[in-house]
Amino acid sequence: MSFLDKDTLKVVGTRPVRPDGVDKVTGRANFGADMKMPGMLWGKIKRSPHAHARIVSINTDKAMALPGVKAVTTRADFPDIPPDKRVLGAAPANLWDLSRNCMAKGKALYEGHAVAAVAAVSPAIAEEALELIEVEYEVLPYVMDVEAAMAPDAPVLLDDIFTAGVEPKPTKPSNISKVVRFAKGDVEAGFREADVVIERRYTTKPVHQAYIEPHACVVSVASDGQCTIWSSSQGQFMVRGYTARIVGADIADIRAIPAEIGGGFGGKTIVYLEPVAYMLSKKSGRPVKIVMSREEVFRATGPTSGAVIEVKLGAKKDGHITAAKTVLKYQSGAFQGSPVQQGCICGLAPYDLPNAETIGYDVLCNRPKVAAYRAPGAPIGSFAVESCIDELALELKIDPLRLREINGAKDGTKAAHGPTWTNIGYAKTVEEAKAHAHLKAALGPNQGRGIASGFWHNAGGESSAACHVNEDGTVTVTEGHPDIGGSRASMAMMVAEVLGVPFETVRPVVGDTTAIGFSASTGGSRVTFAGGMAVTQAAQKVVEELKKRAAVTWDISPEAVEWKDGKAHPAGANAGGFEPLPLAELAAKSARTGGPISAEVQINAQGQGPGFTTHICDVEVDKETGHVKILRYTAIQDVGRAIHPSYVEGQMQGGVAQGVGWALSEEYIYDKDGRLENPGFLDYRVPVASDMPMIDTVMVEVPNPRHPFGARGVGEVPIVPPMAAVANAIAAAIGVRLRDLPMSPPRVLEALDQAEPMRQAAE
Amino acid sequence: MAKTHVSTVINGEPVEYLCEPQQTLLDVLRDELNLTGSKEGCSSGDCGACTVICDGNIVCSCLMLGAEAEGRSITTVEGIAEGDKLHPVQQKFLEHAALQCGFCTPGFIVAAKALLDENQNPTEEETRYWLAGNLCRCTGYDKIIRAVLDAAAVMRGEAAR
Amino acid sequence: MPNLSFTAPTTVDEAVRMLAGSAGLAKPLSGGTDLLVQLRSGRMRPETIVDLKRIPGLIGIREEAGEFVIGGATPGNVVFENEALQKAWPGIVEGLDLIGSQQIQGRASLAGNLCNASPAADSVPALIAARATCVIAGPNGRRTAPVEAIVTGPGRTSLEKGEFIVEFHVPNPKLHQSDAYLRFIPRTEMDIAVVGCAVNVTLDGSGVCTDARVVLGAVAPTQVICEESAKALIGHKLDDATNAALDAAAGRACNPITDKRGTIEYRTKVAGVLARRAAKIAFERAGAR
Repeated sequence: MSFLDKDTLKVVGTRPVRPDGVDKVTGRANFGADMKMPGMLWGKIKRSPHAHARIVSINTDKAMALPGVKAVTTRADFPDIPPDKRVLGAAPANLWDLSRNCMAKGKALYEGHAVAAVAAVSPAIAEEALELIEVEYEVLPYVMDVEAAMAPDAPVLLDDIFTAGVEPKPTKPSNISKVVRFAKGDVEAGFREADVVIERRYTTKPVHQAYIEPHACVVSVASDGQCTIWSSSQGQFMVRGYTARIVGADIADIRAIPAEIGGGFGGKTIVYLEPVAYMLSKKSGRPVKIVMSREEVFRATGPTSGAVIEVKLGAKKDGHITAAKTVLKYQSGAFQGSPVQQGCICGLAPYDLPNAETIGYDVLCNRPKVAAYRAPGAPIGSFAVESCIDELALELKIDPLRLREINGAKDGTKAAHGPTWTNIGYAKTVEEAKAHAHLKAALGPNQGRGIASGFWHNAGGESSAACHVNEDGTVTVTEGHPDIGGSRASMAMMVAEVLGVPFETVRPVVGDTTAIGFSASTGGSRVTFAGGMAVTQAAQKVVEELKKRAAVTWDISPEAVEWKDGKAHPAGANAGGFEPLPLAELAAKSARTGGPISAEVQINAQGQGPGFTTHICDVEVDKETGHVKILRYTAIQDVGRAIHPSYVEGQMQGGVAQGVGWALSEEYIYDKDGRLENPGFLDYRVPVASDMPMIDTVMVEVPNPRHPFGARGVGEVPIVPPMAAVANAIAAAIGVRLRDLPMSPPRVLEALDQAEPMRQAAE
Repeated sequence: MAKTHVSTVINGEPVEYLCEPQQTLLDVLRDELNLTGSKEGCSSGDCGACTVICDGNIVCSCLMLGAEAEGRSITTVEGIAEGDKLHPVQQKFLEHAALQCGFCTPGFIVAAKALLDENQNPTEEETRYWLAGNLCRCTGYDKIIRAVLDAAAVMRGEAAR
Repeated sequence: MPNLSFTAPTTVDEAVRMLAGSAGLAKPLSGGTDLLVQLRSGRMRPETIVDLKRIPGLIGIREEAGEFVIGGATPGNVVFENEALQKAWPGIVEGLDLIGSQQIQGRASLAGNLCNASPAADSVPALIAARATCVIAGPNGRRTAPVEAIVTGPGRTSLEKGEFIVEFHVPNPKLHQSDAYLRFIPRTEMDIAVVGCAVNVTLDGSGVCTDARVVLGAVAPTQVICEESAKALIGHKLDDATNAALDAAAGRACNPITDKRGTIEYRTKVAGVLARRAAKIAFERAGAR
């Protein structure tokens, strides 16, 4: 069966109501903090008030003595993780770093770093107990700014980090954990060839994923070590595996149940609370619930990096780029692992560059360990490159879309980081942008238009799925991916398409770790691709089984049976004049024809298609206050095949809004002692409904032939261009270029006051 | 700490509970009454995920003490549908795919219902400003606004349910 | 939070007794939109919370003998719905209406906003500009004070232990008198004012200003009554020269800090911009009355 031809599809491509929808609009759906277990205790975590400090001693006696307190835990309860156990399967995390992030060892490395925790019979008593825990700190000098952290005399966070990727191997520990480099051709020769060369420097501040649901879990450990974890996360298998490693338990002893998740965007692809709750539950013998406050979410969970990016572009007068060089410096927070490599790769990926070099520095600093944030690393790198492309277009006096047409990546282009593209849709997004009505909208005084493009790899990976035919002919599909954006609807749609039955008769279930095989996390824009591939294959196996059962019923060979429109048909007149057998009938008889009809599939999906996008943004600037208003926004994206178009549009719109916030108003603000001044939604400013216009979306479909339905990942690429699209629009509106995020009103006003005309921007 | 006894009406039903003085109405709804539809997103009145209707006005239940509910009438998200009949706002949220993770949705449903109770013909701008106290991080608000405007049309009798 | 008690008295005298009689910190509660945030964060640890909302007169607006009387605990949306007050003093109404979200409007009150004593309080500048007064109940009986006498610094008021604001008195506008309040925030909603400005003007028949009050918020430890700005308006129509003088005077009246919401330079600049813009609206409204 081929499902790549859109015209033959009956379910995929339509817009049914999602199966979990009624529960979500009536308040019945259960998220992380909605669970209660009998005998449950309330856990709370004590956190460092210092940005960098040695933990001299911790005394929990008084806390333990408070009536109502049932357990206390500190680092002493957590095992060290030997080097051979620091990586688990194909998961990206370093479990030793994660363990020390969940509970500080020896040093508090950021304000908010967990140093101890208590469990008590009420939240109020737990809160009181926290204040009775006595921690003695030796405060150390801290460093936050990425370039300050790279300086040779910077305070060093961890004495076992030696910069990887440099020769000779360093002997002195450093905050620079790694240097990466990709190169193609001869970039210096390329610059010599150029008629125009521009060099610019851009900066971004750390921003948080800002999901509305704070982290929450309930963990119950029995005295024999068997454990149930209820938590919202981007991966129940990740929760199970990471918790097991951090607490020193066997994976089979832990059952991780995925609650509905109230947003993640990458920030819930790791654990913070589950190992701590595990220890408290183990020690108290009762279930323990821990819910982060919003303040804790900001002080102690991963934002993404703040960064410095330098871009140098060279081009001929006719618009062909001859060379591109970028240097990226990203903060990784208290442990290594910023997404600088992705920043390097993704910034240049939309372009066909004969000569290129990109170098990235991964730098520790006294902030929370960064966590993935939607296309990790790419928005930062693209903010810089797309802004610089715009500046280049102005220098060359070539329209920005035309410049992208001339230099855009196409099928057969070899990317700067190595791979050669096939079946990509970037050129189509530029083409659609050129033709879009948005470009015809008139612009008034102090209004301007900006263009920017973006790229994200998307991901494949491990997924499992099971498809069960129930006795009445309805179907249950069990998969292992928490549903963040409506994916379970798409899973059911693909199965319904394969089986040829109505969508409403196929019910998807997100199974816990005992109900389905291993599935890697929801993230990397992989669920529709990899999860979809798994459910499709499971449904196809069910179809083969249904054909066999019809064959048994008719006493003919299975090769003589076809499956069409939800029924088994004899394949041609020679097979026999049998009435078609609908699925429900075969289901009713299944015990007599061989037993339950079910299939389970486990895959490591390959062949994910990358995603490209081009955005158009109009702004209006109040030149007396620096306030920027978004007037119009259009996002044009290659989505492969939109399984459920409404939820694809939703991903595009959501990514745009996050990018707008990143561009204009979101940033971490620290005081002189390294303490966060804005750990709440009042002063950490995400866009509100009145800040945004309607966001127009254009879904370009260049199918990915490696997916049964042609799907590509869609969730991450939309956050990649907005910061540059907005910056380019502001530059067009007021004739002044901003290169530092966020472009908040005071910064816009300051830039206007300095009134540096764009053409003479500093070399 | 002595607990306060409170008699109130929640979703049309008389309810009594005991609460500690510092417990907010949100704490009481979620932890004492098992009405977990209202969510805690920030505890500072900045996200609207805890929105309930109190004596006809939307309020953040995280900024109201449980003790203050004495003698008042509270409507939570659990009381918006009538039995198995969804309110037009709920129905339109589903049709327009105006939710992705669904965590902010209860707060939006309650706030939007209150808007349409007061004004069945809001403009896009009025709708955006009315809902400015409800944060959504997933949708970019586009489909939420469309759903509310469409629900308004239904309530005016101009569109199909 | 040990030993916290909550009461909801039904008379002013009962409330005064509870506030004055508490051994530890006693806090009056109207909308709770500041107090509950402070309770939750641990910034405020009272022993007693006294809910004022059950006292007759604390919620509601009435017109009496040439003035409006607004109960101290009246929530914003009730103020907003009062058509007579909207017509008389659009600036006062819009100041309160700008606070927070629709949910906040269901609770936030004039007395709460004033007594929280944030320099950025949105409802205070227009009250001061309208020369409003407040009636305070306390252990020594009732007293009246101009609104500008209440706030003495960030988070501090001149109220004694046991005192709370019962109601606000706002005089009716004269012929050709009106007001306006504008604030600057980085987003379109939900932010604390970076700068706030209220302008209250009285014009003669030909549009010349005969009386004015210009009050700035968020640019000093308390609200600032800008005498120089008022002088720039009095005797003039709103032309380019007046605007320039107004702008400069507003800037000079500022004594702001640099904090997470704005810098000294930015606040000073925007104060002048808002003064001009608010004056334009106030003049238009006053001319139309």
